[in-house]
Amino acid sequence: MSDYKAGSNLEKVLKAGHFAFTGECGPPQGANIEKLKEKASHLKGCVDAVNITDNQTAVVRMSSWAASLTVQQEGLEPNFQMVCRDRNRLAIQSDVLGVYSHGIRNMLCLSGDHQRFGNHPEAKNVFDIDSIQLIKTVKVMRDEGKFMNGQDIDVPPRLFIGAASNPFAEPYDFRAYRLAKKVAAGADFIQTQCIYNMERFREFMKRVVDMGLHEKCFILAGVTPMKSVGMAQYMAKQVPGMDVPESLIKRLRGAPKGKVADEGIKFAVEQIQEFKEMKGIAGVHLMAIEWEHKVREIAELAGMLPRPTV
Amino acid sequence: MIVAEAKPVSEILAMVKDVKKVLVLGCKGCVTVCNVGGAKEAGILASALRIASRKQGTSIEVAEHTLERQCDPEYIEEVKNIVPDYGAVVSIACGVGPQFLSERYPNVRIFPGVNTKFMGGAVAHGIWSERCAGCGTCVIHYFGGLCPIARCSKSLMNGPCGGSSHGKCEISKDVDCIWDMIVRKAMEQGRLEELLEFRPPKSWATARDGGPRQMIREELVK
Repeated sequence: MSDYKAGSNLEKVLKAGHFAFTGECGPPQGANIEKLKEKASHLKGCVDAVNITDNQTAVVRMSSWAASLTVQQEGLEPNFQMVCRDRNRLAIQSDVLGVYSHGIRNMLCLSGDHQRFGNHPEAKNVFDIDSIQLIKTVKVMRDEGKFMNGQDIDVPPRLFIGAASNPFAEPYDFRAYRLAKKVAAGADFIQTQCIYNMERFREFMKRVVDMGLHEKCFILAGVTPMKSVGMAQYMAKQVPGMDVPESLIKRLRGAPKGKVADEGIKFAVEQIQEFKEMKGIAGVHLMAIEWEHKVREIAELAGMLPRPTV
Repeated sequence: MIVAEAKPVSEILAMVKDVKKVLVLGCKGCVTVCNVGGAKEAGILASALRIASRKQGTSIEVAEHTLERQCDPEYIEEVKNIVPDYGAVVSIACGVGPQFLSERYPNVRIFPGVNTKFMGGAVAHGIWSERCAGCGTCVIHYFGGLCPIARCSKSLMNGPCGGSSHGKCEISKDVDCIWDMIVRKAMEQGRLEELLEFRPPKSWATARDGGPRQMIREELVK
């Protein structure tokens, strides 16, 4: 009997003390499975697990569990994302059982973007439970073999439980505490929101380390390379809870013509180098949005390859 | 109070287009307080309907009347001699009023003249804001007397989410983040540890999710 909670590759890599590297893949807005396979192919061999987003930004896409299975068949390890926006507790628990029975071993528990952002703003939302209650639900299903109603589960699902943390949302002073709540509820690993303001992130991590949270869960720092000045400006102004310092926008602006994306990658690589040394950070979660083909290049530049086999 | 807003006259006009005689029925309860469905507004709507119908060449006869409350059978009974004279009643009470009327006067067409919005109050002159979701089991004491069920866009029990920015909700700069208020209040009062406690999933059985609700107080039932 192993002492792994779920025995996923991600769990093994982290527990062996390696600096983890996870990627992300958004399912297609359609049943275009070839496109999904093509996207996933760029990540193969570059990451320890790949997050499969769940109707991210409240835009309808192929279901995260179905896309997770496809990615798994392609030889990658999925990190199945689930949001509370679209499912009540019955659907949540049945999907957890479903993905586990098909071999999925990682799950990221999220509340989900409000549907007002998405392409069906007239939808009714669910939010029967919140992300922290979801973490606890999956933990109790795994460790106690019980449904939310206390009933026994016939073969409990054993998932490596992830959660998100946004160090840059307000109120800042509460963010480390909220992370602590997620850890206490049962999060095994944390993937943070995209980090651009390194100064503020260092402060956040100092608090997290002072609270000893890094010893109770694995924290993966979120990195999204900037493709353009426009993207940086959009993220700075339009995306709530995103902190893009003016100095970064200036740096991108200063890049020679046609070289802004390279500068964005350079910044991301510098970040990864720093995260490798930063106390409390166990890995990096690279969200190269619609830029999957750049993941290998970034991984190579950051010295993340080859990925360990455990 | 229950807060409502007037439906556009054109929408009401379309509802009553085949009717010769219309009664606009106001209510002296909540909708009077939020300036949408009282005696004054009944008069305004009746005039607007008269003018609009004349303009489009139809001649609908419109009368107005206002009840003490439309959520009470006793008052609904008061118009038993008036209502049958009309082909339709436009109730400008909250959604309860037209339904009580529909049940009491099954042979008369009853139309809603307002959109019922929420349970809340006036935060400034002309500005109303939601406060209660009527979930059936009040939990605001866990949150410094502020309700995340009604006032957090995601009804988070363990907030705030990652979209809280400058005290505002991620859905709109016009919506306050209630969790920002909850956290700041707890910090100011030195009660932060209360928010660090895990709040378990809520039972929605007492909310609308448990089916249409009814309350019976035996001691009051005759």
